[in-house]
Amino acid sequence: MSFVRRLAGNAPPRILWSLAILLALLLVAPAVLGKYWLSVLILILYFAFVGQAWNIMMGFAGQLSLGHALYAGLGGYIAAGLYFHYGIGPWAGLFAGVAVAVLAGAIVGYLGFRFSLAGVYFALLTIAFAEFTRLAFDHWQWAGGSGGLFLKVEHATDILNLRGGPVLFYYAILALAAGAFILCRALLQSRLGRYWLAIREDAEAAQAVGVPVLRCKMIAIMISAALTALAGVWNAFYYNNLFPETAFAMGRSIEITLAPIIGGLGTLFGPIVGAVVLTGLGEAFTDLGDVLRIPGIKQIFYGLALLVIVMYRPAGVWPWLADKLGLKERQS
Amino acid sequence: MTSRKTFTRRYLGQTALAGATLIGAPLPLRFAAAQTTGNLKVALLLPTSGIQAQIGQACRRGADVANDVFTDMKLPVKLEIVNYDTESKPDVARTQAEKAIDAGCQMLVGAFDSGQTIAIAQVAEQRGVPLVVNIAAAPQITEQGYKFVVRNFPTAPMLITGALSLHKEIFKVSGKTPKTAVMMGVNDTFGTSMVNGIKALFPKLDMPYEIVDTITYDPAAKDLSVEVGRAKATKAELLIPVNRLNDAKLMIQEMVKQRWEPMGVMNPGAPGLYEQDFFKTMGKYSDFLISNVPWLDPKSAMTQSLEKRHAAKFPNDQLDINAGFTFEGLLVAAQAWLTAKSTKADALMEALRKTKIDQHVIIGGPIQFDAKGQNVNIKAAAVENLKRKPTVVMPVESAAAPLVFPMPGWNDKRRT
Amino acid sequence: MTADFLFTLAQAVINGLLTGMVYGLMALGLSVIFGVMRIVNFAHGEMMVVGMYLAWMGFEYLQISPMLSLPLIAALFFAAGYLLQRGLISPFIGRPEHQQFLLLLAVAILLVNASLAIAGPDSRGVQMESQFDSYELGPLVFDAVRLHAALAAVAIALLLWLFFTRTRIGKSIRAAADNNLAALVVGLDVRRLYAFTFGIGAACVGAAGALMITIIPVSPFLAVEYTLLAFVIVIVGGLGSMTGALLGGLLIGVSEAVAGLLLQPSLKSMFSFGLLILVLLLRPQGLLGKGSQ
Repeated sequence: MSFVRRLAGNAPPRILWSLAILLALLLVAPAVLGKYWLSVLILILYFAFVGQAWNIMMGFAGQLSLGHALYAGLGGYIAAGLYFHYGIGPWAGLFAGVAVAVLAGAIVGYLGFRFSLAGVYFALLTIAFAEFTRLAFDHWQWAGGSGGLFLKVEHATDILNLRGGPVLFYYAILALAAGAFILCRALLQSRLGRYWLAIREDAEAAQAVGVPVLRCKMIAIMISAALTALAGVWNAFYYNNLFPETAFAMGRSIEITLAPIIGGLGTLFGPIVGAVVLTGLGEAFTDLGDVLRIPGIKQIFYGLALLVIVMYRPAGVWPWLADKLGLKERQS
Repeated sequence: MTSRKTFTRRYLGQTALAGATLIGAPLPLRFAAAQTTGNLKVALLLPTSGIQAQIGQACRRGADVANDVFTDMKLPVKLEIVNYDTESKPDVARTQAEKAIDAGCQMLVGAFDSGQTIAIAQVAEQRGVPLVVNIAAAPQITEQGYKFVVRNFPTAPMLITGALSLHKEIFKVSGKTPKTAVMMGVNDTFGTSMVNGIKALFPKLDMPYEIVDTITYDPAAKDLSVEVGRAKATKAELLIPVNRLNDAKLMIQEMVKQRWEPMGVMNPGAPGLYEQDFFKTMGKYSDFLISNVPWLDPKSAMTQSLEKRHAAKFPNDQLDINAGFTFEGLLVAAQAWLTAKSTKADALMEALRKTKIDQHVIIGGPIQFDAKGQNVNIKAAAVENLKRKPTVVMPVESAAAPLVFPMPGWNDKRRT
Repeated sequence: MTADFLFTLAQAVINGLLTGMVYGLMALGLSVIFGVMRIVNFAHGEMMVVGMYLAWMGFEYLQISPMLSLPLIAALFFAAGYLLQRGLISPFIGRPEHQQFLLLLAVAILLVNASLAIAGPDSRGVQMESQFDSYELGPLVFDAVRLHAALAAVAIALLLWLFFTRTRIGKSIRAAADNNLAALVVGLDVRRLYAFTFGIGAACVGAAGALMITIIPVSPFLAVEYTLLAFVIVIVGGLGSMTGALLGGLLIGVSEAVAGLLLQPSLKSMFSFGLLILVLLLRPQGLLGKGSQ
């Protein structure tokens, strides 16, 4: 109980109550919502979760990664591969997937941080690793090569093997998203969180006052990789197929970054707000695109929306929204 | 403080309302589109945009005249065909399949590409809606034990076995036999199953030539100069390509530029070399390439009706097996409805399994599906590009023109 | 046997060099932009694709060869780039990287999907009259179209070099790149110079596009690949170094060709990315880049 109280910290009661109500609503959503809205909600939760994961590295520790699809892909492929070849269920397989992703993150992080790659150079390093892995998987027959890995689909629901309909996956992603939210809150409040803030503000000064910069950055990237890998595992078992060209694609890496950047980097609610805004806009524009029958019109509106947000609200939607709603947390 | 609170609550309410309207507004349009006409609502999933667009569109043309041909052949059925574009991508294929089923489609037909077809098959199986595969050769489609999938197209092993035996026929008739061959294949689901299939079946088929190298390339490759250079370096006498359309064009273009003239180019069952767009782009260099693929049966009355209706509706386009197989997919769907007299999935699936259609458009025995849902009665022919038209040259009984082998050089007089 | 292999290798190297030249021209634009303004142009590949489309349209509807429409396209791109920089990008120069990236990403999304909406998703190619021609030099074969494109690329690079070393504006730009503060102190209108620079970079990309369409058909989906390729070349060759960009282009072109010959062609890009990783770690300033970042 004291853990919860510590988590709650100085947050205004309004926020806590709203969160509780939101959670309650989300728990009963499948019973109330139609198929279409449930799938939209699943999409929102997915992007909120994976955005939160990416946010840890960028928003908290200040490292721009544009190759995050690497971890999602590794997690998904390893878990799916183990299930496909040896029948090992995802609950066990995910450990292997997460382990491999964390290792990859550690390698990327170590190389980047050790060799003092910052900003754009680091981002390019992450891109290079993701692309390299994509091409490697194109030729790895165990994982299906470029032809893809297809999991056997079944009618019956089987929680152990994550076989089932959207409702099962809805609760899974809800649990993941809520878990990530709580984890981030805890991290931000901890000493590690304060170190990260220091590093973000001025890494050299932080180093000078004794903050273990390399270690903090490594932890950030490893946690981020682990969570993203979980998203990958979820993804693989939900969609039942994996292709290197999409799983490790730059487009996917970019997708992961959009919600937190638009919502508000480094904030707790940023990825969630971002996910809602983007998915909402995405669906609205898809419908518009269907009606107008022009290919790519959805993406054009998407691009315009991005442009507007980055030009007028560069800190993200959430800080502005929080300000408007008077929801700022009282500083301790 | 109070005024700001009320302002923000009202503001929040207004934004929420605006957002909901924005998202909800197109809903009525979506519902309006879901009206039914016709006996059976069939979703036709094809790559009509993206890398495979040209072939996807060729497939669709076969479907566009299906109901007319049914009328000609006095089949008392009218299909409501709803078109879905897979954009040549498996995840779009999957989303579109879900969308189709949500929109009330009672059967799925598609999707030309193996990767996309498998993604759709997964959806069909999960949702319990029958899928009739018009074109897709990867063996997995009928090896996964899916209960809701039937395929009216040969598997890669079937294509290969047929092709390689036709090779021997061709060598016998022409009197020239190559001693070495090089394989070039696109690195996607289909290409990989063909290349691996050939490697597996090759030792058992007692072929007179030896495969000295296998070269794979990216399906999105824009430039095959390295690949063709490497193939040329093997000095192989025969080229066995597994292409799609765009890479087929690039490949032949490079062969001409690098002046590589093997004894023959013999495609073991892939698309590309006989497509209309290939002839248009490659001109005189498209001639004398051989493909071993199933082909339209000119002697069937249904084929003749299909040709007539196709020519009338699409005077600038050639009828090919893409359209032919797509038409047959719809024929199978139509016949299933006629047998089942119901639009319920289980009844339709039962009827599909019992399919026996004697009169259809592709060369081969009646359309029938075995226990795995596979039609094993389809025969391959040797189709050579002659005078910029794909022409059946083997088997000799169905031949429309004599075989030309070995292949004349790129600047040979016979190329006009 | 070995002689044969050497000839095949030589052939691969030649093809790689020719294609690499055009790659180099494309990367040149990026090098100029990043070298001077430190703007990470994530819309680079997309810009080239638009250039390719314009050249294609000129050929398809007006029967003008891309070689002839090239100067016009370059001029158009210069103007567009200038305006884009003045209007949109300028406020972002000092801002955090992820914001620049997002801005140019938005531009990229708009460019690609506008192309998609206007020209459709199918790939469009140009059939030059010399499409199937090649020149022979002994046992070696030079693809005619690639040779012409490569020569044009060299000519343009030369013009650019003259611009940066002989003209006043060119020299001012280099000064501003080397030392922004000093340039301001001396009284150079840095903002105008930046806009000019972006314009030049864009013109390079447009020209590269016009040349590229003669070799490769265009589709909207090509863009991301080319953005990545441009970055690989510029990093390997060295940021801010024009010769570096060209050299990088040649190097990548040749390494792809040779990797394709010795390994599997489907692995050739893997080689380029591996090279990028090595360069980033061991020599981030690239082969010809200046010492510190």
